[in-house]
Amino acid sequence: MSVLIFIDQADGHIKKASLEVLSYGAKVAEQLGTTAEGLVLGTVTEDLAALGKYGVKKIHQVSNETLNHFDAQVYTGVIAEAVSAAGADVIIFSNNVDGKALAPRLAARLKAGLVSGAVALPETSNGFVVKKSVFSGKAFAKVAINAAVKIISLNPNSYPITAGEGSAEVATLNATVGASRVKVISVNKVTGDVPLSEAEVVVSGGRGLKGPENWHLVEDLAKALGAATACSRPVADVHWRPHHEHVGQTGLAIAPNLYIAIGISGAIQHLAGVNRSKVIVVINKDPEAPFFKAADYGIVGDAFEVVPQLIAAAKKVKGIA
Amino acid sequence: MKILVCISKTPDTTAKIAFTDNNTKFAQDGVQWIINPYDEWYALVRAVELKEKDPSTVLHLVTVGGADTEPIIRKALALGGDEAIRINADSQDSFYIASQIAELARSGGYDLVFTGKETIDYNGSSIGGMVAELLDLPYVSLATKFDLNGGTATITREIEGGEEVNEAALPLVVSCQKGMAEQRIPNMKGIMGARTKPLKVQEPVATDALTSVAGFELPPAKAGVKLVQADNAAELIRLLHEEAKVI
Ligand SMILES: Cc1cc2nc3c(=O)[nH]c(=O)nc-3n(C[C@H](O)[C@H](O)[C@H](O)COP(=O)(O)OP(=O)(O)OC[C@H]3O[C@@H](n4cnc5c(N)ncnc54)[C@H](O)[C@@H]3O)c2cc1C
Repeated sequence: MSVLIFIDQADGHIKKASLEVLSYGAKVAEQLGTTAEGLVLGTVTEDLAALGKYGVKKIHQVSNETLNHFDAQVYTGVIAEAVSAAGADVIIFSNNVDGKALAPRLAARLKAGLVSGAVALPETSNGFVVKKSVFSGKAFAKVAINAAVKIISLNPNSYPITAGEGSAEVATLNATVGASRVKVISVNKVTGDVPLSEAEVVVSGGRGLKGPENWHLVEDLAKALGAATACSRPVADVHWRPHHEHVGQTGLAIAPNLYIAIGISGAIQHLAGVNRSKVIVVINKDPEAPFFKAADYGIVGDAFEVVPQLIAAAKKVKGIA
Repeated sequence: MKILVCISKTPDTTAKIAFTDNNTKFAQDGVQWIINPYDEWYALVRAVELKEKDPSTVLHLVTVGGADTEPIIRKALALGGDEAIRINADSQDSFYIASQIAELARSGGYDLVFTGKETIDYNGSSIGGMVAELLDLPYVSLATKFDLNGGTATITREIEGGEEVNEAALPLVVSCQKGMAEQRIPNMKGIMGARTKPLKVQEPVATDALTSVAGFELPPAKAGVKLVQADNAAELIRLLHEEAKVI
C-alpha cells in the first residue's frame, strides 16, 4: 500500500501544481499510515531528490524520450506499471490540463474510483470521502469512493505547498513505453511572466475598460503586484485580449489568492471561473454591479481614476520606484 | 463515417443551486434543464458541420439517463443528427456512464466519439478519457478546432499557457470546448424533423458504480464587501497588504 503522486513537468521543469499535489499526497499518506511516492515521466532538468522535502520518500522516474511529449494513452500505460511497481492504491494528479486527460483514463484502466476537482483532504474515518467542487464552483459534493483503488485529481490552488526537510530516493523504472498514435504538429506557447493558471494574484479587465488601448491600466497594476492578467469573455470575443486570458465558465477556471476585477459586471458565467479565488476585489462604477455581492473588497468608482491611484500605491508597497 | 456525440442533461447555467433531503439531493423545483453547453455548442454543432460537409456521414447522439432526458435529446436532434440512443439508466458515477457509452460505441463501430470538455453540474471532465481507455483509442482533450482529411484528423487542443496542433488517424475520442464551433439555434424545420427521428431506448449493461455522492454543501456565505472610497484608493492596497495579507 502506498500513495503515488504524478509529478507533472513541462520542458523539464516541475510545475507548481506538482508541488501542491506532492504536499497533498504526503498528507494523505500520513492520514492512511503509509508512504508517499512520486512518479516523473520524461527528461527533467531539476533535482528530483530535492522534492523529498515535500514529503515523498521515493521518486520513480521513467526517462524515456518518447515521454517528453504528452500523450494520454502512452502515459496511462506507463503510470499503470508504476502503480503496480509502487503497490499504490491511492493515486493523485493535479486537475490541470494533463491531469484531466490522465486521471480518467487511468481510472478506467484500473477500475478505480475517481474524484476529479478535489478541493480538500479525504475523510478517512468512515470510508473514503473526498470533497469536490461542483456546479461550476457554486457548491461542493462529498464523493465516496467505493473501489479498492482510489484516484484523486486536486484542483490547482486548493492545497498549500508545504515544504519540510528531507530528500527522496530517485529510482529508475523500466516501464514499457507504447508508441504514440497522436502526432504533435506544432506547439504554440505564450511565454507570459506568470502563467494564469498558476498565478497567485490576477488582475482582470472587462468591457468597462472601453478598449484595448486602455489595457495598460490592467497591465501596469499586474506588473506592480507581480500578477498575471485576465479578462472577461466579451473582451476576448472582440479581440481586445487573447482568448487564453478569458476566465469564466467557458474560459479558464482559476483560484488565485487575490482576484482584482476592473470594469467587470460579475455575471454568473464569469463568476463560475473565479469564485474559488480566496480574496476578490471589485472596481466598478455601478454600485449595483452583481460582482459586489461576491467581493471581499470593492471600490465604487471610475476605473480610469481609481486604477492609477492603485498602481502608485501598489508600487510603494512593493518598493518599486 | 460514423460519429457518436455524447449528450448530457444539466441544470441551466443560471439555475439556483440548493439541496434537499438533508443535503443529499439537488433541489429540482423550478430548475430549467438544458443540454450541457459544451456538448451542445461545441461537440454537437461541430459534428453537424462535419455531416453537412460530407452528407454520407452518419451522426448518432447518445445519452445515459431516464425518460426525463428525452426532451433534451429531442432538442439535440433538432440541431442535427440522424438518430438518438438513450441508455435507460440513472447514475451519477462517471465510470458507470462511460462504460455504457463505450459498450454502445464498440458495437456501433463509430469512427469518432465527441464529448463536451465537462458537464456544468459535476465538472468531472472524465467521460471522454474513460471512454477512450475502455475502447483503447487515442484521446485528444480540450479541443478548440477539429478538421478531417480522409481518415486523418487535425486537432488543436489547449495546453497550459498555449495550444498544440495534433494529428491522429481515426478512430478517435475528442473532448470539445470553446472554439470548435459557434452556437446554433434550432430552426422550425429541425424541430419538426426531430419529432420523427428515431430515439431508441437501450437497456444498460451490468457495471458497478465506483463512486457515490454522500452529500452536498454550499460554500460559506461571504461576510459582505468592504467598500473603500474612490478618492482614497491607496487604502485598498493597504488593506490587501496588512489585513487580507494577499500582496
Ligand atoms: C453560457 C454562457 C457562458 C459564458 N461564459 C463566460 C465566461 O466564461 N466568462 C465571462 O466573463 N463571461 C461569460 N459569459 C458572458 C457573461 O454572461 C457576461 O456577458 C460577461 O461576463 C460580461 O462581461 P463584462 O463584465 O466585461 O461586460 P459588461 O457586462 O458590459 O460589464 C461591464 C461593467 O463595467 C462597468 N464599467 C463601465 N465603465 C466603467 C468604468 N469607467 N469604470 C469602472 N467600471 C466601469 C459597468 O458598470 C459594468 O458592470 C457567458 C455567457 C453565457 C450565456
